[in-house]
Amino acid sequence: MAFLEVKHVAIKGVAAAVPMRKEYNKDFSKLSEEQLEQYIKTVGVHERRCAIHDGSLCTSDLCYEAAEKLLSELCWNREEIGLLVFVSHTQDYKLPSTACILQNRLGLPKETMAFDVPLGCSGFVYGLGITGSLVSHGLIKKALLLVGNTQSFYASPEDKSTALLFGDAGSAIALEYDEKQHESIKLHYQTDGAGYENLIVPDGGCRHPFNEHSADIEDFDEGIRRSRLHEKMDGGAVFTFAFFNVPKSLKALMKEYAIEAEKVDYLLLHQANQFMLDGIRKKLNFPQEKAPNNIDRFGNTSGTSIPLLMVTELRNPLKKLKLSHLCCGFGVGLSLGSAYFTTNHIVVPELIEVIQ
Amino acid sequence: MEIQEFIEKFAEAIEVENVEALTAETKFRELEEWSSLSVMLIIAFFDEEFDKQVSDTMIRQAVIIQDLYNIVSA
Repeated sequence: MAFLEVKHVAIKGVAAAVPMRKEYNKDFSKLSEEQLEQYIKTVGVHERRCAIHDGSLCTSDLCYEAAEKLLSELCWNREEIGLLVFVSHTQDYKLPSTACILQNRLGLPKETMAFDVPLGCSGFVYGLGITGSLVSHGLIKKALLLVGNTQSFYASPEDKSTALLFGDAGSAIALEYDEKQHESIKLHYQTDGAGYENLIVPDGGCRHPFNEHSADIEDFDEGIRRSRLHEKMDGGAVFTFAFFNVPKSLKALMKEYAIEAEKVDYLLLHQANQFMLDGIRKKLNFPQEKAPNNIDRFGNTSGTSIPLLMVTELRNPLKKLKLSHLCCGFGVGLSLGSAYFTTNHIVVPELIEVIQ
Repeated sequence: MEIQEFIEKFAEAIEVENVEALTAETKFRELEEWSSLSVMLIIAFFDEEFDKQVSDTMIRQAVIIQDLYNIVSA
């Protein structure tokens, strides 16, 4: 059983940044027009924001921009920040942790706890639980949770299952200790490592070190071509995992903490694919108006997708109202996290578009 | 549910145009409309129509429409 309850921690603001550069799915040349139309209709992605992966625009840069903007609009004194958590699979280096580099770039005090959490689609919910839990002790009063991925880095341009899906984004969430915060953050986690190969970059780690064949392009069914340095996705297996476990996890969370679905304002689902989102929403009996989407314009942005949804679709309600949210991030690992949290007139800067 | 009704609903789920050409012996992966996305459509179809939780592995083992029918009738 992996439930968590984080008390006395308030979310003070959310910001997100994406590359200005767009890639359009209608321009994909490896499928027939008919097949492409079917793909776009079922998966739901029309365009994605993608960095050019030459090292000049990394996830850390997107999160940096989001954090700078957020800190400025919150008028936070950086000397009061004691924790920085960077959640991403597209870190600057294999080591050191990108969080250490960002502590320095953001001018945070040297007495800051900073570390990376290498997770993808479940990353926001994991980050929220980890960062929230550390802040709830009351000693570290202010924290920055940075969640991002420039996962289009891993997509083979000749693999429709990833090339038409992955988008890049970075986000920053500000958390603060507040004794008067009575609404706790409630979380539920799941892991199924049996599915580790369903979303994987095979070579380059310690298990299959980089070798002279790692970059060789291999042929697969349906004209798909990729190397062992590209991300491989078994869509059917990931769908099976998500379609049944996401509703189960959210229902378990609602039951454990007596959360009434009718009183929840928004259902924020990781933007994996449109068909899956519609199916999960219907299984949970949530109306469309309560379940915003932005997959058509941004694709699947891994861990950032929930904070990105908040910025692109809910900016005004988040700034003006007190709201309650249910969310679920699920995917690579296989890993899943569900959460219930409230927001009350939070700071939400406009979406930042970064020119490369 | 009879196999003929199943075939019609199956055709609807994956948007097959020529329903009349389908039989229990049809190798569904050879259909023009079948793509890697179809596995998702079938899993959702089985769940919604038959309240049956079926994995992608089980669908991979099926070859003809009769095999799919057998999964939901079990």
